[in-house]
Amino acid sequence: MTLTDWFNKRKIQQIAARDNDIQIDDSVSKLWTLCYNCSSQLPKKDLENNNMVCPNCDYHFRIGAWQRIKLIADEGTFEQMFDNIKPTDPLGFVDTQSYKIRQEQAKEKSGLDEAVIVGACNINGQKTAIAVMDFEYMGGSMGSVVGEKITRILEYALQNRLPSVVFTASGGARMQESALSLMQMAKTSCIVAKLNEAKLLYITVLCEPTFGGVTASFGTIGDIIIAEKGARIGFAGRRVIEQTIRQKLPADFQTAEYLLKFGQIDFIVGRKEMKEKLSKLIMLHSKTKIKK
Amino acid sequence: MDNNQKKVQILEFEKPIYLMKDKIEELKKTSLATNINYDDEIKKLEEQTSMYRNELYEKLEPYQKLQIARHPQRPNFSDYVHYMCDEFIELHGDRHGYDDKAIVGGLAQIEGRNVMLIGTMKGKSTKENLECNFGMPQPQGYRKALRLFEHANRFDLPIITLVDTMGAYPGMKAEEAGQGEAIAVNLKEMAKLCVPTIAVITGEGCSGGALGLAVSNKVMILEHAYYTVISPEGCASILWKDASMARVATDALKITGQDLLKYGIVDEIVKEPVGGAHYDVELMANILKSALIKSLKELDKLSPEELRNQRYEKFRKMGVFLQ
Repeated sequence: MTLTDWFNKRKIQQIAARDNDIQIDDSVSKLWTLCYNCSSQLPKKDLENNNMVCPNCDYHFRIGAWQRIKLIADEGTFEQMFDNIKPTDPLGFVDTQSYKIRQEQAKEKSGLDEAVIVGACNINGQKTAIAVMDFEYMGGSMGSVVGEKITRILEYALQNRLPSVVFTASGGARMQESALSLMQMAKTSCIVAKLNEAKLLYITVLCEPTFGGVTASFGTIGDIIIAEKGARIGFAGRRVIEQTIRQKLPADFQTAEYLLKFGQIDFIVGRKEMKEKLSKLIMLHSKTKIKK
Repeated sequence: MDNNQKKVQILEFEKPIYLMKDKIEELKKTSLATNINYDDEIKKLEEQTSMYRNELYEKLEPYQKLQIARHPQRPNFSDYVHYMCDEFIELHGDRHGYDDKAIVGGLAQIEGRNVMLIGTMKGKSTKENLECNFGMPQPQGYRKALRLFEHANRFDLPIITLVDTMGAYPGMKAEEAGQGEAIAVNLKEMAKLCVPTIAVITGEGCSGGALGLAVSNKVMILEHAYYTVISPEGCASILWKDASMARVATDALKITGQDLLKYGIVDEIVKEPVGGAHYDVELMANILKSALIKSLKELDKLSPEELRNQRYEKFRKMGVFLQ
């Protein structure tokens, strides 16, 4: 078997595994990964060095909250806040698994206490309040903790008159907290109302994926709404819509490009350009005086 | 009342009552035919039936409430307008090319009080339901509501919203027009209003589609209505991967007014006539009318700034976490 044959065989196996939602977990997979889009074999190191963007087709892999903070914050300036807020199980919710156990599993899987990290940092020297969601923790779903931390960091922005940026990545409201989750939509939107009235800049960056309760609350009421390249964004899920309208949806439905076409977002930004773009946006919103 | 009841569609769990009623009728007929006096027995049976009935509706399980909340004859927005309002002038359109029939609103007078009355609209027949899309609004519906909120704010009119929806419509065009954004903007803009706002969950209060009309100073819920982040069926098919687990999901989601009151999500439960709102629509409307007038009087005491603060603080406190 030549090396090319080996790669080809492996590619077929990986595509099959992906289609059946199985993860191949062997020693090779730790070093090589398959691009979801162009199916090319990528050395993991290269991918990581390229901010988890495929060097061949520019496909943006999902990234965790800490990785994103590293890409946005000036080195050493990020200060995490409100990480003392931790989840509980107010309803005693049990589906096929109890919520408590799901929380533990999510913590183990993501290395996080909850689906959002908030704090303040400098973005090219401009102090900014940021919130970064992480899809790995229970699909980035919004329960009481996510709602509270987002609200607190935006209150911090209000008190300190800072611009704020929120990166979303969420399947929607967290079902395990039922109506309490629903109310986080109201809570987070109310603090944005206050930012509006205080004339403070609030930017949202919708990342892969952003759906449901996050789309229908703080996600889409940014003064500027950005979509990260390749993100899928919507209110209802694709499957639910297909079942409701009983027709096939276009392939690019709910992609960032699709939303741009329908006027729902200001623009699309690639991961590598994100920091520059954000810092320019913040700069362009500051008051300027005409020089004599 | 009896005449009225005959036309009512009976739910599975209500059948014992009707069996007992049939027995009583039978006894009455026998009594007439045979000339034997069964009056005492009949009276006793009637009392028992009535007691059983009262008890049944006092202690409904969440899944039974769900069925009452979704009853096809449950009073809709038009019924409430008909029985509660002295005046009502409907205002149409979002001013951007669309008039969503799933959200209806207009200028209303309720016991001499001028208000802006807005609500989701469900039909009672297939034809009506097709017209109003089964009470599932498009983004343009939320934008029409927003236009009416702002109108009311400008003319110092309190805003009353009646919510009964399975949720915002999950359609292709709805996504293209920004369903999420339309709801989100309403949440944010309702927070800014300077007039008293009261929301009533009258039947189904499903997800963001319901909340988009309910960031209000006071949130009330009818006795058998429900309010949830996702429909029990949707929850069952996602978490249990089995839609037939809806009954279990209904219990787990804690969707009844009685539960929501405990968590501070609703402020008041409005009693329904025994058997549910659809048994006596006029009585239901009158009960709701008194509750609304009472709440309006309470909110009258607050200044515009106090109204905004009260509303903000109420939603600010929502959520349960450790720290």
